[in-house]
Amino acid sequence: MSAPMRDVAVVSFAQRQEASIPGESEVEFMVPLMEQAKAAVDLTQADMGFTCSGSSDFLAGQAFSFVMTIDGTGPVPPISESHVEQDGAWALYEAWVKIQCGGIDTAFVYGYGKSSPGWLRDVLATQMDPYYVCPLWPDSYAVEALAARLMLEGGHVSERRLAEIAARSRASAASNPHAVRVEPKTVDEILAEEHVLDPLRPSDLPAEADGGCAIVLAAGDRARELCERPAWIRGMDHRGDAHTLGVRDLTSSMSARLAAQHAGVADDKVDLAELYGPFTTSEHLLIDALGLDEDATAINPSGGALAAHTMMASGLIRIGEAASRIWRGDGDRAVAHATSGPCLQQNLVCVLEGD
Amino acid sequence: MADDPLAPPAALAGDVTVPPAVAGAEPVQSVCTPIRLSYTYTPGKALSRYLRAMAERRILGERCGVTGQVFVPPRGVSPLAGTTTAGVVELADTGYVDSFNITRVPIERRPDLKPPYCSAWIVLDGASVGFMGLVINIAPEEVRIGMRVRAVWKPDDELETSAANILGWEPTGEPDEVIDDYERLGRADPGRA
Repeated sequence: MSAPMRDVAVVSFAQRQEASIPGESEVEFMVPLMEQAKAAVDLTQADMGFTCSGSSDFLAGQAFSFVMTIDGTGPVPPISESHVEQDGAWALYEAWVKIQCGGIDTAFVYGYGKSSPGWLRDVLATQMDPYYVCPLWPDSYAVEALAARLMLEGGHVSERRLAEIAARSRASAASNPHAVRVEPKTVDEILAEEHVLDPLRPSDLPAEADGGCAIVLAAGDRARELCERPAWIRGMDHRGDAHTLGVRDLTSSMSARLAAQHAGVADDKVDLAELYGPFTTSEHLLIDALGLDEDATAINPSGGALAAHTMMASGLIRIGEAASRIWRGDGDRAVAHATSGPCLQQNLVCVLEGD
Repeated sequence: MADDPLAPPAALAGDVTVPPAVAGAEPVQSVCTPIRLSYTYTPGKALSRYLRAMAERRILGERCGVTGQVFVPPRGVSPLAGTTTAGVVELADTGYVDSFNITRVPIERRPDLKPPYCSAWIVLDGASVGFMGLVINIAPEEVRIGMRVRAVWKPDDELETSAANILGWEPTGEPDEVIDDYERLGRADPGRA
């Protein structure tokens, strides 16, 4: 990828994740987050050159559900706005491209999901092929277990390795106030768990959550005004694998590997990586596809999606978590990753750096 | 495949051969793949308050803390200012017709609606925005903009936490509202202030 024309940085981030948020509608829990993200950099909606969001009608169970949430931005006088039926990380990508096009210096991005009203494992079946696969109602977790079986039987990963990933997530999540699964467990304790979807154990599965997050992007000097140490987006790319699971090699992730190459992950050291791996198997594949060295790079210091999995926001939260660590000086160069679709079908990789 | 990731799998190369068992069969023209998902839906804080009040024949709106406008049905947020609403406002079950249309075609799933019938945008006394309802107990062609109406509620023993508690809106017989002052109605564009 040629170098981005404009320097764009993540300058503000607010999130909320809970095992479920039963009493509040999406817009009711998003408004405080939107206000918080803007107030942290002393901006209002009128200061935003562009606004983009990610959410899904299939979670909300109603058509055009994102329109309700636009109310929360304060869209009068009318705003320049767009929406993706994707994780909010793809909304951030759209906003980043929009800033690259010029004419605006700021953008507001948010993503949210409330999966608790439905049965997520059925809801996610509807993202499969509508003629051949979805009518069979494949349990989305069972589909991941099929991929896990391939990985284990093919010698691509061991059950101990998966348990180590789960244990690491639990240990990191203990210091994340937004994590849902925070009880530490040893590798042996995890290996002693009964399989729920053989070969997967409870600790291999994502900790489902309701919630969302909001982010402010700013370009060049505007970012320097708003943030002491902006988290500059030095590279970003997204790729998609084939929709049909049967034609893919589920024991690796070609699209994540290509996205990482084009985002420039390997151009320099990586201090930390926030990876959207909903399952321990996905985190294992991503570490390999992104070419990360676990001795040199802190993997998922927030606990990742294993510790709190908010559909449509977990990818954008990875970008926010990585950016926050750059602001705080926990690292100088970070990688954030987002995924969408079954078995890591689509992948977005974003490289962030501090000055 | 390993050498060229873009090359099609070998199985897809060449012509497709139809097995003899289905050769000559009538082609499938369409498939029906029903999709049904069920949700346990919670409407949120503002709409829950609104629906509970409905069961007591009360109509609740919510006030925008920035512009002062009152929205009904409330959604917990001012759709103009983008802020959490500042307070709950109990509204009268009277108002006026802001706009209306007369439907002369039946709707398949609503056999209870006998054409011609009148759907209206009703502004409740104390509200800043219109509210959807049917105008009843009057011939549709006699409905007019500005006409004063009041809610016709279901009998008390049939009230539920539902907007369906209001069967429709009937004329009060009061003089028509004079709609000449949008500022007074609170519908000024706050961006213009």
